Amino acid sequence: MSDMNEILQAENVSEVFGGLKAVSDFNLRLERGELVGLIGPNGAGKTTVFNMLTGVYQPTSGNISFEGESIVGLKPYQVTQRGIARTFQNIRLFSELTVLENVKIAFHYHVKYGLLESVLRIGRYFQEEEAIEEESRKLLKIFHLEDKADEVAKNLPYGAQRRLEIARALAAKPKLLLLDEPAAGMNPQETKELMDMIRWIRHEFGLTILLIEHDMSLVMGICERIYVLEYGEVIAQGTPEEIKSNPEVIRAYLGGE
Amino acid sequence: MKYLRKNDLIVLALSLVLFAVLQGLISGRVLSSFWQLNLLIIGINIILSASLNLINGYTGQFSLGHAGFMAVGAYVGVVLTTNFHVPFGLALIAGGIAAGCLGFLVGIPTLRLRGDYLAIATLGLGEIIRIVIMNIQYVGGAAGFKGIPHNTTFAWVFFIMLFTLFFIKNFVNSNHGRACLAIRENEIAAESMGVNTTKYKVMAFTIGAAFAGVAGGLFAHCFYIISPSSFTFMQTFNYLIMVVMGGLGSITGSIAGAFVVTFISAALASWPEFRMIIYAIALILLMFYRPQGLFGYMELTNMGIFRRIFKKGGTPHE
Repeated sequence: MSDMNEILQAENVSEVFGGLKAVSDFNLRLERGELVGLIGPNGAGKTTVFNMLTGVYQPTSGNISFEGESIVGLKPYQVTQRGIARTFQNIRLFSELTVLENVKIAFHYHVKYGLLESVLRIGRYFQEEEAIEEESRKLLKIFHLEDKADEVAKNLPYGAQRRLEIARALAAKPKLLLLDEPAAGMNPQETKELMDMIRWIRHEFGLTILLIEHDMSLVMGICERIYVLEYGEVIAQGTPEEIKSNPEVIRAYLGGE
Repeated sequence: MKYLRKNDLIVLALSLVLFAVLQGLISGRVLSSFWQLNLLIIGINIILSASLNLINGYTGQFSLGHAGFMAVGAYVGVVLTTNFHVPFGLALIAGGIAAGCLGFLVGIPTLRLRGDYLAIATLGLGEIIRIVIMNIQYVGGAAGFKGIPHNTTFAWVFFIMLFTLFFIKNFVNSNHGRACLAIRENEIAAESMGVNTTKYKVMAFTIGAAFAGVAGGLFAHCFYIISPSSFTFMQTFNYLIMVVMGGLGSITGSIAGAFVVTFISAALASWPEFRMIIYAIALILLMFYRPQGLFGYMELTNMGIFRRIFKKGGTPHE
């Protein structure tokens, strides 16, 4: 019996690529509304964890359940339809499309009109298209992208592209949002704004957020709990304070004798 | 969204004027029968290039099987009209459905392939269709199918072309079309945004194949005889040139590409030895100076002077 507050649970999840154990016996438990960080040195397996949670990779063993149901074996689009959306470490926008279209695409699953209605432009077509347009512009406004709605995504500055990725993920109306290095390449000022934004969207959209990040000021500043991964294994977990003083973590990051 | 309806009406009205003018030229016997036939071919080629553009340009799946789907539609159509005296319109629809079904069945396994592999698989499919038809004695085999009624008129071609263009335009500007664009741009991201990529690839492929089938039916009924040699790989290649020259992901481009290519080859019909040279030079120049094609990812209704007439919507594909 899983309790009502739990949204995601990964139990003894492993991922093996050939002879390489990318992640072994990974355990994770997220409660509704939590903001949790996943940190670790390069190559520790953080993105692999994300890929398993979103169905891009299937775990070699172990189980992942979302809202009490196993999501192992689902395709990425099915996982998204269940309510998990993500951003990518190496930005994956629809680069030749406009900013507005990028966001509109993510409403995909929530649009109900059929093929015939879209081709003949009857029924719910205009009504739903108008609603998507309005909601998309609202999201763009939150991320300060409203002036850039008609620009082609690849022409945006780097920081704006990162924000657009988050806006697009939110358009999929997730319950759990996975952010893969949202602050990568941002300057300290932008990072600070991003932190405020992440906090704000969590409350506004009632989200649970799991984020991978290298920027310690961001992780320590906003996460309530942190998991530390090294060589595919969790070496520590706890509050930011506990993590900061954990000798294992210090060894992993700074090296030990 | 009201402006969208208004834009449609403007385009429709202009199309009807164009139809009236061209029909007048045909009825008034201003155009020679050679150019009359070429007018039909231009219309049919617009259907083919627009439907190929849906697969290659909008969904980003490199298919080379278009002549094969066209052949299926053509042969189903001529058998129905010639042997069973089915009304022309129904025969065209049947040809479209047959080609669409084949596209669907073939699409499910082949669309798992990417890039070059898909191109080779669809290329093979086109050849298989042609060779299978060549070996069916019922439809005349390699000698061709004779005695086809001359049913294709300019009105049939024009209105089916108009329907095709509106169908594809509306499809592309819908939730379904956006899913296809997303697949072209980044398949992994599309999947992560909740798009069932296999479903939409197969859908675009099926729709494209169905329209190719209808175009094949129209094409076959322009002539007294058709043979499998009308549907070789070179034919597919021709449509691909139209799409690339006009611009991937642009309906205006498909129209322009089909028009320019068909027009040039008709105009040079008396000098066949120069035709391929001029063709090649035109393509090389285009790739040098405008690699995205005449209208790559752009529509006429979004450009400069036309913006005044067609109010711009949120979608650049309108």
